[in-house]
Amino acid sequence: MRNQAWKKHNIDIRPGTVIQGKWHKNSYLIKKKLGQGAIGTVYLCETNGKQAALKISEQGTSMTVEVNVLKALKKVQGNRLGPYLLDVDDWQITKHRKYSFYVMEYLQGESLPSFIKKNGMEWIGVFILQLLEDLENLHQSGWVFGDLKLDNLLVVASPPSVRWVDVGGTTQMGRAIKEYTEFYDRGYWGIGSRRAEPSYDLFALVMVLLEVFYPDRFSKSPNPEQTLFKKINGVKALRPYNSSLKKAILGKYQSSREMKRDITQILSSRQKRRRPKRDKNQVNILPFLIELGGILLLALSYYFSSLLF
Amino acid sequence: MKKGTLKQILLVTDGCSNKGEDPVATAALAHQQGIAVNVIGILDDDQTEDPEGLQEVEDVALSGGGVSQIVYQESLAQTVQMVTKQAMTQTLQGFVNNELKQILGPKQTLEDLDPEKRGEVMEVVEDMGETCDLEVLVLVDTSASMYDKIETVKEALIDLSLSLNARIGRNRFSIFSFPGRRKDVELVFDWSPRLDEISSVFPKLTSGGITPTGPAIREAMYQFGKKGLLRSLRDEKSGMEEA
Repeated sequence: MRNQAWKKHNIDIRPGTVIQGKWHKNSYLIKKKLGQGAIGTVYLCETNGKQAALKISEQGTSMTVEVNVLKALKKVQGNRLGPYLLDVDDWQITKHRKYSFYVMEYLQGESLPSFIKKNGMEWIGVFILQLLEDLENLHQSGWVFGDLKLDNLLVVASPPSVRWVDVGGTTQMGRAIKEYTEFYDRGYWGIGSRRAEPSYDLFALVMVLLEVFYPDRFSKSPNPEQTLFKKINGVKALRPYNSSLKKAILGKYQSSREMKRDITQILSSRQKRRRPKRDKNQVNILPFLIELGGILLLALSYYFSSLLF
Repeated sequence: MKKGTLKQILLVTDGCSNKGEDPVATAALAHQQGIAVNVIGILDDDQTEDPEGLQEVEDVALSGGGVSQIVYQESLAQTVQMVTKQAMTQTLQGFVNNELKQILGPKQTLEDLDPEKRGEVMEVVEDMGETCDLEVLVLVDTSASMYDKIETVKEALIDLSLSLNARIGRNRFSIFSFPGRRKDVELVFDWSPRLDEISSVFPKLTSGGITPTGPAIREAMYQFGKKGLLRSLRDEKSGMEEA
């Protein structure tokens, strides 16, 4: 019923079912259920021997809005922003029952906290920079991510990088944020508006980092600014970035680039401080390596020339 | 083209009506006048979802062309803004579907278009939702059982104004409570583009035992009409100002 359009509906499709599109006639073999969102259900499927993710829902119009975002992201240069959109269609089951679906690239990976736990805290800086760069690309093409949160991020392997899995909240710059999660929403914390602007995403980015270390989240207090600052100060791994994260919370950055500049500076000054130790080793090893290479080259050329004659 | 104004009644209640005409019927009447009726039913923390008394919540929204949702207090804020936006989209989609029927024939709706065209049409619907003007009349049930929920309602309404004021289009809000002291409804907060100032106004609410939902919706409808009349009088006086 349209009246309850956004209530959660479970569409249970049995593995082994083949879904064929009404308009484009492509077929998809359902393998298993991957997840359930506010709007639809996501399945792993197979088409032409390849795996893909298929999102299906009876709310045609909400799905159309999501597809529009994915299409817009496709046009963004160097696009790795959202999952790649493969197909959009309807599944007509009976004359009066119809589901809308779209098919996208299947992203396999692990959550940010589990990756960091396994591979070390030094990845935090890497991921901050990478997310800032992606956000910069997105913002420059006139969009704001909106519903940026831990659940919507995935670390894919080789090389490890963060990908966005759900772009349903992505909103055109200057409009009202389409979809948000209270913990990540600066409006909820009373620190800013819900208008789509770069600083909205940067606030949420800091909250992503906080949720990595406070998996149970935390709630609002009469003085939200103080609470957030205290939480930032409380995490040792975030200490180097403290000043920059606080600026982002207060909305002091007009663009991702400004924040990226600060973070880069922090990272490089940290490396400089560490370098002396390493430099010594490198100085010792480098000439040795060059010599070794030279000898090897010489030996090889003798060997080859002996083969020739 | 002059941009239109969407009109909504947002009814916040925690139970069934027990006085006066059937709210489902008055909601239908409001819908016919171009006012969508949204209903939010608040559950007590120990209540399970969908208790019998709250069936009315769904029925009123359905006949009022609006959206309904039953929630616990903790998710009230997010629900209020979602319901309001969802109802806007629903109303706009209704307009678009009517246009489509006129152009493409009686059986054509948005859902019958191919995905590409549907995408283009939805873009237009979204644009309209972002830029149209919106008037929301909030009707808060202040019967006895609502007493401990008023604070949450207040916060949710301030949050609603935050969400809607991020849009490009203009907004106007007013708040009425029911039952009023002498009448069926009572003005709590007069039409204003923002709701931040309501914190000072709400303590005025008093709680009574009856819930005249039907008459309250009727009265809310009249409030819209009254304002329309006043404005048209004012417009006549100011002459060509609009142009």
